[in-house]
Amino acid sequence: MRLRLVLRGREPRWLVVLLIAIAVVIVFAVTAGPIRLAGANPRAAYQRYLITPLTSFTSFTEVLLASTPLLFTGLAVAIAFRAGYWNIGGEGQFLAGATGAVATGFAFPGLPAALAIPAGLLGGVVAGMLWGVVPAWLRATWGIDEVVTTLLLNPVALLGVQALVTGPWRNSQTGFAVSDSLAPGYALPTVIPDSSVHLGFPLAVLLAALIWIVMSRTVTGLRVRAVGLSPDAAAFSGIGVRKVHFGAALISAGIAGLGGAVQVLGVTHQLTPQVSDSYGYTGIVVATLGGLSALGVLLVGLLLGNITVGAQNASLALQLPPQMGQIISSSLLLAVVGMLVFRRYRIVRAPRDTAHQGGAE
Amino acid sequence: MNLPLWAMVTAMLTTATPLVFGALGELVTERAGVLNLGIEGTMYAGAFVGVLVAGSSGSVWIGLLAALVTGVLAGLFVGVFTVTLGVNQHVAGIGTTLLLIASCNFASRLLYGGGSVPQVPKFSQLLPDVPVASQYLLTYLAFLIVAPAMFVLLRSTGFGLRVRAVGDNPEAADAAGISVARTRYAALGLGGMLMAAGGAFITLAMLGTFTLNITNGRGWVCIALVIFARWRVIPAVLGGLLFAAVDALQLQLVITPQFAGIPQQLMSALPYLVVIGALVVAGRSLRYPGAYLKPYRRT
Repeated sequence: MRLRLVLRGREPRWLVVLLIAIAVVIVFAVTAGPIRLAGANPRAAYQRYLITPLTSFTSFTEVLLASTPLLFTGLAVAIAFRAGYWNIGGEGQFLAGATGAVATGFAFPGLPAALAIPAGLLGGVVAGMLWGVVPAWLRATWGIDEVVTTLLLNPVALLGVQALVTGPWRNSQTGFAVSDSLAPGYALPTVIPDSSVHLGFPLAVLLAALIWIVMSRTVTGLRVRAVGLSPDAAAFSGIGVRKVHFGAALISAGIAGLGGAVQVLGVTHQLTPQVSDSYGYTGIVVATLGGLSALGVLLVGLLLGNITVGAQNASLALQLPPQMGQIISSSLLLAVVGMLVFRRYRIVRAPRDTAHQGGAE
Repeated sequence: MNLPLWAMVTAMLTTATPLVFGALGELVTERAGVLNLGIEGTMYAGAFVGVLVAGSSGSVWIGLLAALVTGVLAGLFVGVFTVTLGVNQHVAGIGTTLLLIASCNFASRLLYGGGSVPQVPKFSQLLPDVPVASQYLLTYLAFLIVAPAMFVLLRSTGFGLRVRAVGDNPEAADAAGISVARTRYAALGLGGMLMAAGGAFITLAMLGTFTLNITNGRGWVCIALVIFARWRVIPAVLGGLLFAAVDALQLQLVITPQFAGIPQQLMSALPYLVVIGALVVAGRSLRYPGAYLKPYRRT
């Protein structure tokens, strides 16, 4: 018996919920084995990953903190992918943004907070854009594949950060490969008392709202979506496809850079090679699972922040290596994307003989 | 400035080996119409499983074999998403890479704790005292067997014809009786095996152990090489040699007094930048395989 996928006549609304539920069950099933191998009880582990972070005020604020960089990189990827520009360089742009914020802080150490914070964030945006502009320009002028150029610039960005912190920016007190701390004026204020949640989180939410409005309520958003859906049709209706790609690429890189700056001003207060914990790559997971919509990014970013905190928690309590968090998020990505195919297609038994089937089958 | 030319050529051939394996693996899958961004993870998994099995079995050959099997499985895994389900190839590939790297790191942490992975049996060099020729067996295999075999396979065999047909025009291939899905799975399996061989070379030949971030973007370099080569075997091999030559050069320059002021990391970044530059020169107005990125479904 052979099976094949054919288009559904209509897409029932409850189906999406069912398919995502199946995907979650698949993720539980495939990760239970490794969790057992690590000597932990899968049910206890999932409790740690999903429920425990929400049960206390302190750990809930940790979730908000952990999700903040993912919201920025997720929004960055969502905008680019929506326009059909495959920016996979979020990691490098995030690192560039972190570097730009620190450079601004070192250049103007005496600024009062009211000026220092906007300056530092702007430094991050500009640096992220600078890191993203070369692939964008190469794509727009010569059609050079942006997937490859953005990917290749990620290791280059990390090497650049390492060169800075082992060279001119090496810590002047300890001699370790981290930069000096920024002046106190550059620290983002906390927004929830008795927690480390800083201004970056509401900033990310505000940015998500802004992007949602632009994408769904303005002509610009319509253009971007049109180019992403069908560049040929968009070009035919008079939209400058290259311009839209270029613009989306720059904004995407700027948002990733802003994320890097926020992480420096809000959390690390110095440049370290570990400032990004693969946030750029995880941003692809966040954006895709979020359906490339700003609201979706917000929800998935919080979910993955939750799993990150849960993974640290489970690492201490159950001796489960924290990489299980990444295993869960990446297998969730694949399972959901795979299951959502069945929203539009259903499985049928293939007829034994079809008109254009040759003898070699 | 005196550069030790022969030593550099020797190093170049060694450095190029994993890139040649990886690029040829990516080349065959892309020829079949599938962009496999799982390459970075597949190389990583080949590197890790090779060490794991070589260490536990005491045989470097069994380690290599296990890595190759892992690569085939990784390729078929990507096939489930890109061929059978037909999801977006960028997402399927990146997801696979993230999953494989996280799984290897998880297993590494579980088996070896936070500490370093012990040394395992590794390949030794053939002809150790002869300049240039003192290479690992796998390097000889890559340049003298695998690359020519891929050239012939794609150009002159029925399998190669089917791969090119399903990559360029799957509708026509299907009408001619070629199974698009089966051919793409075969290409992904073969490609995954080659990618994993490249990863295993890094651990089982070059290092004899495994460290985190072992592939360090080499998979992405391979993707660039395939485009640079316009999906042809010989230019892909030459591209691998170009990257390796720049890498050998920068390693020499780092220890040359005249260049002492330049940070070593910026030198390490040089090969990546050269590859981007090569893409700019050779990657304009490309003709991609006709079905690149497109899943195939009968209508």
